[in-house]
Order: sequence, then structure tokens, then C-alpha cells
Amino acid sequence: MEERQLTCIGCPMGCQLQVLMDGKEVQSVTGNTCKRGEIYARKEVTDPTRIVTTTVRVLGGAVPVVSCKTGADIPKDRIFDCCHQLRDLEVKAPVRMGDILLKDICGTGVDLVATSEAAARS
Amino acid sequence: MKQYDLVIVGGGPAGLAAAVAARDAGIRDILIIERDGRLGGILNQCIHNGFGLHTFQEELTGPEYAHRFIEQVQERGIEYKLNTMVMEIRKDKTVVAMNGDEGMFVIQAKAVILAMGCRERSRGALNLPGYRPAGIYSAGTAQRLVNMEGQMPGKRVVILGSGDIGLIMARRMTLEGAKVEVVAELMPYSGGLKRNIVQCLEDFHIPLKLSHTVVKIEGRKRVEAVTIAKVGPDRRPIPGTEERYECDTLLLSCGLIPENELSKGAGVELSGITGGPVVNDALETSVEGIFACGNVLHVHDLVDFVSGEAAKAGEYAARYIQKGDKREGRSILLRPMEGVRYTVPTFIRPQEMPEEVTVRFRVADVYRDCAVVTYAGDRQISRRRKKILAPGEMEQVVLKKEDLMEEGIEDITIRIEREA
Ligand SMILES: Cc1cc2nc3c(=O)[nH]c(=O)nc-3n(C[C@H](O)[C@H](O)[C@H](O)COP(=O)(O)OP(=O)(O)OC[C@H]3O[C@@H](n4cnc5c(N)ncnc54)[C@H](O)[C@@H]3O)c2cc1C
Ligand code: SF4
Repeated sequence: MEERQLTCIGCPMGCQLQVLMDGKEVQSVTGNTCKRGEIYARKEVTDPTRIVTTTVRVLGGAVPVVSCKTGADIPKDRIFDCCHQLRDLEVKAPVRMGDILLKDICGTGVDLVATSEAAARS
Repeated sequence: MKQYDLVIVGGGPAGLAAAVAARDAGIRDILIIERDGRLGGILNQCIHNGFGLHTFQEELTGPEYAHRFIEQVQERGIEYKLNTMVMEIRKDKTVVAMNGDEGMFVIQAKAVILAMGCRERSRGALNLPGYRPAGIYSAGTAQRLVNMEGQMPGKRVVILGSGDIGLIMARRMTLEGAKVEVVAELMPYSGGLKRNIVQCLEDFHIPLKLSHTVVKIEGRKRVEAVTIAKVGPDRRPIPGTEERYECDTLLLSCGLIPENELSKGAGVELSGITGGPVVNDALETSVEGIFACGNVLHVHDLVDFVSGEAAKAGEYAARYIQKGDKREGRSILLRPMEGVRYTVPTFIRPQEMPEEVTVRFRVADVYRDCAVVTYAGDRQISRRRKKILAPGEMEQVVLKKEDLMEEGIEDITIRIEREA
């Protein structure tokens, strides 16, 4: 059995959670004050995911970069791969909020979505 | 001289929400003045998500959250001027502004809403020793550089201060390929949200050193290394605990102060604790017809609260324009006591106030198993149990008109009490 330590992010209490794992199976969660802590811990040890937000370069835009996010959460251990790939990405102005800038980032099945606008340079 | 019913200084989330609410309360003649080239204020550089959970039950990024309010402003045809700087606000509610097309011009308003936001505490205020080499940035400046200009301030980073902006930038710079060596925090607790400590530091194994400060910065032209040391309860460095980190960048995330140069010029009374105007239940400052909301009033950590507060300021300003002001009535002072650092508002006028007024405040320390207790004079009017209270999280109590109508209430006190 392996024990993992986590901090719950559900509220400012920030309970320290102990998760007992038997291989990939969660045996028990302790240290939580409420149910949300347990739900968080189970997800976090079995399938941790995050929404990633970043910027990409804009060609011919009135602004040099446009902000964007992953359209859904991606596995935590893929964050660096994805950011690495996005560092070289360039998109053409104009960009509208909600535009898909890249499909299927690094084979995650998740698209990159613009979260701001970039008008074309006049 | 141009005339408007309502002039709003600042087109950030506070200014936008105030404008929308004032229009919905029947004010047609509104002008928002914004010095930047776009509306949305500081949210334009806050590209991370987590905004709007309270308002839209959705996790938006900063620009997306701002966009929702910008749309509301545009749908209502509310007038705004970009790239226009307000230079002066006078007691008689004339506003002096300047831009490239019109030069300097003066506007007469019936009411003014201050929504200028806040600025970051500068390095000078921190009293750091050493030369002033390049490579020292406030976290907010770095955020603007990376997220809006597409430029990286450096490759190896030390961050002083664990406020949310510093935490967010630790992750942001890491994702852009920099190495963040450490985040040092003077206090024994972080002022940042738990969520940010976990997702911005722990996710990337960035150490957070509480009760630590920077004692030395090396490098003449550019930062070459930063030394941090542990501090004692008196917040002075303890000799022998120094740790040196080679780096090219030092980010300072040491708190925000409301931006009130203009308010001072108008003769608005400021609070020594928040740095923002002293206001009554209508969010009206000491100058009749000048209102304040958002970070210019007191520093908020959640934009949802900014929008809520600003909408109130918009409604109250509308009421003032439509009905005038009654200042002669009874006014009760709100006193922050045991554990409560300040309250906004500072005065309540029981006759004038609506059925309920939300009072926002911050606590001075971390308290566990306690209660937020409110008294009108000696009489307890509310008591709310709390598992935890922390300085980083804004708290609120709701005051009811019915509790305050009785004559002879000298003050309202809010205090933190232990729960048995
Ligand atoms: C660097 C930074 C990062 C932040 N990150 C977060 C975050 O991640 N999450 C969060 O919830 N909150 C964050 N905050 C807090 C955030 O400021 C508030 O949530 C919210 O943006 C405050 O809204 P506001 O309208 O009061 O101020 P602002 O957004 O600052 O807007 C004020 C506006 O007034 C304009 N202005 C000021 N002076 C003048 C003048 N003289 N003439 C004309 N216009 C003027 C400014 O250009 C600006 O657009 C951050 C704050 C800062 C400073
Ligand atoms: S377990 Fe419950 S009480 Fe504890 S931090 Fe998580 S949400 Fe808050």
C-alpha cells in the first residue's frame, strides 16, 4: 500500500488529505472535513487533469499574442508536452474569441480555443 | 463644456458593471473614460481561468469574463472613450481628461463613479537592499509582458511574495520554459488562494518558503543571484539561515494599493487602512455625488465581488442623480474590532439604506473555529460560525435595516469571537 498526501483545494480550510492506494485502487481517504475533499482526492490520484491557459503568437495582428485555453481539461502529465508544442505555434490575424486555433493538441483530443481577440494590423 | 449625468473613471470590471447597472436604473447619459486602448482593465492580462464562478457558474478566463461585461455595455449603447486619461476630478464633479484627438477637455457630471482599480506596491516600499539591476519586476508587470506583449522577462526566477499574482506568474513562467527556483513569503501564511498554491506551485514542485524574505540581490547590470533568509516573529532575518539562488529575474508580488491620486485631488477622504475612500452605505465618498467601487475602494481578490459591488455603486449613483442626496439623517459608524481590519462601508444611514446592505471586510490573522459577530450598540444582531477565516479571503456580513432603525444606536461593531 502506498500513501499519498494532498491539499484539498475545495475551500480555504485546505485540509491535508491522506489517500491510501493499493496499486491503482483508492483504499481510503482521510483528513478531509467534508465530502468534497474525498471526491477531489479520488479524482486527483486516479485521473488528475487541468485546463491549461497560455498565449500564442499572432502574425499580422494589432497585438503580438492572443490568449487561449484548452477547450477541456487535459491530463496533468501532458501539460508540458502541450505547452512545448504551443510555444512554436503562430496563428494569422484576425482571431475572434472562441476560434479554434489548433485541433487535437498533442493527441489529447482537446482543441486550443482563443480567449481574446486579435484584430488584423491596419 | 460637455455635460453628462454620470461619468465613470476607469473601464475595468468595476466601471463596466457600474455603467450597466446605472443604465438599467434609468440613466441615459453615461460616459466611461478609460486610459488604455481597450475596455476590461487588468482582466485583459489575467489569461488564466477561474473567474466568474459566482456570477456565471462557469470558469472563465479574465478576458472572457471582461468580454461578457463589455458586450453588455455595447448592447446598451453606453458611450465610452478609450486612450483617454482623466487628469483631474474636482469637488464640483467636473472631470478634466485628455486624449490624442481632443487634447484636454472638461466635462461637467452630475455624479462621478471612481473605478480606477489598484496598483502594485513598488520595490521602494519594500526597502530591499543592494543595487537596482535590471531583472526586477512587479509580478503584474511581468504578467503584462508575458501575456500581452509576448515577452519573457527572464529564464531563472525567484519570486518574493505569495499573493495570487505571484503564484499565477510562477506557473505562467514555468509553462513558458523558465525555471522558478523558489517563492519566498514574509508572513507565516500565504495570502494566496489554496487552489493557486496547489495548482501553480505544488503541480510544478516549486518550493514555497513561508517566513522568508530577500536579504541580498547580486548583480550590477542584471540580477545574478538572490539570497533569501528565514525571519523571526519580529519579521527580521535570522542570521545563518541564508540561502542563495542564482537567477536572472526577481518578481515582487507584495500586495496592491488602491489608486487614489485623483480621489485625493477631489478632496475625497481616504481610509488609512484600505487606502481607498471612506464610503457610506451607498458607496458614496465624503464628497457628495462621487461614488467608488472595485479595487479603487478596497483590494478585492475575486472579480465577482467587484462586479457585484460596482453594480450597487451604479444603482446608488442613479438614485442620486434622480433624487438627490439626503446627508442630514442619522449616520452610524461601523467599527472594526477584535480581528477585523476594516469594513467597507464605514458609515450606515439607517433611514437611507435599502432593506439590506452587504458589509465587506478582511480579518487580521488566520482564525479557526470562530464566529463573526455583529453588534448594534451592545445588542448582538448576528452571529455566524466559521471554520476558518484568513486574511487572503474577503468576508462579508449582511446588515438589515430593521435591526438598525431604533434610535440611539451609537455604533455597529463587527468582531471575531472564539466558538466554545
Ligand atoms: C496585476 C493584477 C492581477 C490580478 N489578477 C487577478 C486574478 O487573477 N483574479 C482576480 O479575481 N483578480 C485579480 N486581480 C484583482 C483584479 O484587479 C480585480 O479582480 C478587478 O480587475 C478589479 O477591477 P477594477 O475595475 O476595480 O480595476 P481594474 O481592472 O484595474 O480597472 C481599472 C481601470 O481604470 C483605468 N484607469 C485608472 N486610472 C485612470 C485614469 N486616470 N483615467 C482613465 N482610466 C484610468 C485603468 O486603465 C483600468 O482599465 C488582479 C489585479 C492586478 C493589479
Ligand atoms: S475537505 Fe472540505 S472542508 Fe476540507 S478543504 Fe476540502 S472542501 Fe474544504
